[in-house]
Amino acid sequence: MNAKLLFTSASLAIAAGVSSAQAEDLTLCWAAWDPANALVELSKEYEAESGNKMSFEFVPWTEFASRMLNELNSGGKLCDLMIGDSQWIGGAAENGQYVKLNDFFDANGISMDAFIPATVTGYSEWPKGTPNYWSLPAFGDVVGWTYRKDWFARPEIQEAFKAEYGRDLAVPATYAELMDIAKFFQGRDIDGKTVYGASIYTERGSEGITMGAMNTLYGFGFKYDNPDKPYDMEGFVNSDGAIAGLEYYKALYDCCTPPGSSNSYMGEGVDAFKSGQVALQMNFAFTWPGFDTDATVGGDVTGYFANPAGPDGDKFAQLGGQGISVVAASDKQEAALTYIKWFAQPEVQAKWWKLGGFSALRAVVEDPGFVASAPYAQTFLDSMAIVKDFWAEPAYATLLQASQERFHDYVVAGNGTAKEALDGLVADWTETFEEEGKY
Amino acid sequence: MTDPIAQRVAAATPPRLAHRIRGLSDRTIAWLFVAPTIFLLLAVNIFPLIWTIRLSMTNFRTNRPNNEVEFIWFENYQKILTDEDTWTSLQATAHFLIWTILLQVLIGFTLAYLINKKFRGNDLWTTLIVLPMMLSPAVVGNFWTFLYQPQIGLFNYFVQFLTGTDPASFSMIGEVALAPWAIVIVDTWMWTPFVMLICLAGLRSIPSSIYEAAECDRASKWRQFWTITIPMALPFLMLAVLFRGIENFKMFDLVVQLTGGGPGSTTLLTSIDLKREAFEKWRTGYASAYAVILFVTVFGLASIYVKALNKVKDR
Amino acid sequence: MSFSITEPSNRQKWIAGILVIGYAILTLIPLIWIIATGFKTPSDAIAYPPKLLFTPSLEGYVNLFTSRTRLAPEDLAALGDPTTWYDKIVRSYDMVITGPSRYGERFMNSVVIGFGSTFLSVFLGTIAAYAFSRFKVPLKDDLLFFILSTRMMPPIAVAIPIFLMYRELGLSDTRLGMILLYTAVNLSLSVWLLKGFIDEIPVEYEEAALIDGYTRFQAFYKVVLPQAATGIASTAIFCLIFAWNEYAFAALLTSGTAQTAPPFIPTIIGAGGKDWPAVAAGATLFLVPIMVFTILLRKHLLRGITFGAVRK
Repeated sequence: MNAKLLFTSASLAIAAGVSSAQAEDLTLCWAAWDPANALVELSKEYEAESGNKMSFEFVPWTEFASRMLNELNSGGKLCDLMIGDSQWIGGAAENGQYVKLNDFFDANGISMDAFIPATVTGYSEWPKGTPNYWSLPAFGDVVGWTYRKDWFARPEIQEAFKAEYGRDLAVPATYAELMDIAKFFQGRDIDGKTVYGASIYTERGSEGITMGAMNTLYGFGFKYDNPDKPYDMEGFVNSDGAIAGLEYYKALYDCCTPPGSSNSYMGEGVDAFKSGQVALQMNFAFTWPGFDTDATVGGDVTGYFANPAGPDGDKFAQLGGQGISVVAASDKQEAALTYIKWFAQPEVQAKWWKLGGFSALRAVVEDPGFVASAPYAQTFLDSMAIVKDFWAEPAYATLLQASQERFHDYVVAGNGTAKEALDGLVADWTETFEEEGKY
Repeated sequence: MTDPIAQRVAAATPPRLAHRIRGLSDRTIAWLFVAPTIFLLLAVNIFPLIWTIRLSMTNFRTNRPNNEVEFIWFENYQKILTDEDTWTSLQATAHFLIWTILLQVLIGFTLAYLINKKFRGNDLWTTLIVLPMMLSPAVVGNFWTFLYQPQIGLFNYFVQFLTGTDPASFSMIGEVALAPWAIVIVDTWMWTPFVMLICLAGLRSIPSSIYEAAECDRASKWRQFWTITIPMALPFLMLAVLFRGIENFKMFDLVVQLTGGGPGSTTLLTSIDLKREAFEKWRTGYASAYAVILFVTVFGLASIYVKALNKVKDR
Repeated sequence: MSFSITEPSNRQKWIAGILVIGYAILTLIPLIWIIATGFKTPSDAIAYPPKLLFTPSLEGYVNLFTSRTRLAPEDLAALGDPTTWYDKIVRSYDMVITGPSRYGERFMNSVVIGFGSTFLSVFLGTIAAYAFSRFKVPLKDDLLFFILSTRMMPPIAVAIPIFLMYRELGLSDTRLGMILLYTAVNLSLSVWLLKGFIDEIPVEYEEAALIDGYTRFQAFYKVVLPQAATGIASTAIFCLIFAWNEYAFAALLTSGTAQTAPPFIPTIIGAGGKDWPAVAAGATLFLVPIMVFTILLRKHLLRGITFGAVRK
């Protein structure tokens, strides 16, 4: 309510054309990673145009959620603009921590139809599926795969693969094929070095193993809840398909990952791939530009593909990425909104993509030149078309902690069965939703 | 040696005033000297602690500022003490605590004993040995994940060098059986010098006259070690154990960077568990109760221990 | 060399020396590895098996001190040839330097907060320890144990209230706030260690000074302080080690303005993954001041501990 009131005054000011009457010092908060550096570069144009000065607060991924949610929850004024993780949206919207952007979008002719639909649902909407927008899609991200194109192309490797599996070595179309390829490479000697099958997410501390395992779970038939009865999870979270998906993930972990992959996330995946340890690597799309220019795996050495299909042909990919929001506690909402307005412009978005920022604007990604602009551009589009996101409920953090523990205990530590893990997950999640008063 | 000005002034003034100029009373000085410390500790430690205790009896969640806060007495405490996960993480902490202290005392004392033989250059080598404890635990934990990488890291190759095991065949922080030892190794590497320094102080505090007397009585070196060295150094050893014990009970930075609590919950020490509850699940009330329980545990154990320490000292 | 009968034999010295040096070398390997990694290129750093010999590179240090961004090939071409050696390194990855990184700021914060709180905790600790040592303070033992007990609190336990309290007081994310916090945490150690040292200084010295007409303050300042210098120096080392390296409070309570280096260093990232050479370079530089401080005060550290330990 408070936020709404504040917002009204801010939007009135903008409507009256008083955009940035005086130079402001704006602080934008995001995670500390590659794209953030690109955004600093991009924002120089905004500073020149608006006269406002941009400061940046980049928090490391491991501390990002703790630090920033603490900031939001306590009503801190550190950040005027927040590029917050997609799962925060429910809590931030329900607690009035973000400014609702509908009126602002209408007043400035920004249409959500101009953005990739999955990113609008994933980053901006709360409640999901309703036209209530709390952020502008800022950075599209999704889980996909990289592979060693150069190894795949070697005749002797192709022959050996065909001899073993009776088909050509190619980008996998199904998870079963992916497992074959990973098994094939596991322990193989290439150029005098032992290499391994695949690098996948197994990190325990924040969100790693969930962001990884969810891909195969989705592909094998996992659903968060009953489509007809929200928060009814029995038989959906722990359906036979979901169980098979988790078993698959564990099988992949057991057979085909490099030794010591028990706590691996984005950075470890990059290390494993760049050092030439693995043939396949699961990772978020934001890492791809880094491979393209790498000294060892750059250029034609690396290929990219979207998540393969599950047994029933289902293709899904875990959504990453973030939208940009205005913090309700900020005193400079008006100036902050001018940044979003600037950022939403097609030219700026086009430059954003060139600098390595994954724009979610359709004008950019549907441009005829887009696919040819980078070797991973098509894979990004394919992946973006099949995304699914984790719970974005206000209680998402508790839900995530539960899946982290259940998945890691089963997949990495090897305790119990997949059914027990998912039954346990249903129990954990049900308890959380009970506390939230959802039943 | 006397201060002529003060003396002259004192001589020229009536007694009452003289007393005032000669300085504040001892009692006032005592309070003046102790007060800032007590005040700062009250403000930065005790006040937040009381706040924590108050929060611990509520269902407050930092991420739901709009929810009504209910006072629920000891419900959180009850939940924690009956939660199996609490005991799992206490077990992990106990394993970590016992082994780090045991190893650090053994190695630290041995080193101090050897250094006390005063070979040439012992000062230089002591300074070098002390270096690991100068590093930031978070940075160390982070860097050891690199050293422990089976493929890229140095540790497994070192083990291969010693035992011939294939470096790719095991992963220190990845395997349930090895991870608890991985954190013990790093902590021991880092903090043995601390125990060593305190032991060295203890050994150097033993007057050589005692050994000389023992020598005259023809006591064997072995006997001297057990009847003089160990008892005389014991209070120092115990002090080292106290400090390491307290530090490792609240161990957070090193392990959170090293394993993040995994694999599964194998190295989920209580402080890491607590951080999850407080800053990831945002169950503020619950986490506060957890914090209070941990504090009371350390406090209780430490008070018993300090009593024992004082007894040994007074002997 | 004295020829006392308790002096270890030469053979004993040799054995002791070899064992200690062996341990020192073993324990220094990880440290040397950190320093060496700082001079590797990112691909050498993650090579397997690990590279013992490599061509040194300053890339880690360049990455540590700059932020860089990727540019499209045509924009890069428009920039012309790189002019400096560090530009060249960065350009080989199709990137350009956009400005300095925040390592410098974080490092300065560490210097101010580390040394500031060390000074404050040693100062407050000395006067409190003196009072505890010399005067009849009511409930002395309880107070001393209370002071020690404040160190038993897990930082996370008080982080939430401190966060809220600091916000109210305007100390949130400020250097002053962190100095006060670290001082409070270090006071227990400092009071306990210094009390030990001051206890060892014979009371007779001050009594003589008092009889000579010194006030208590003067006696404290001119007689006790010089005697306790060694103890103060070694206490300062321990306080600095903690304040310099603290992570949990810094990670939870600071961000833009007052963040120190320890939460910053592990998160230095390069293209996509972790930039190990830059992390190692950051860790190496971060070790230097405290190492210098320790080496300068080394005599005090070793002598100080011995001195404070002499019991009656």
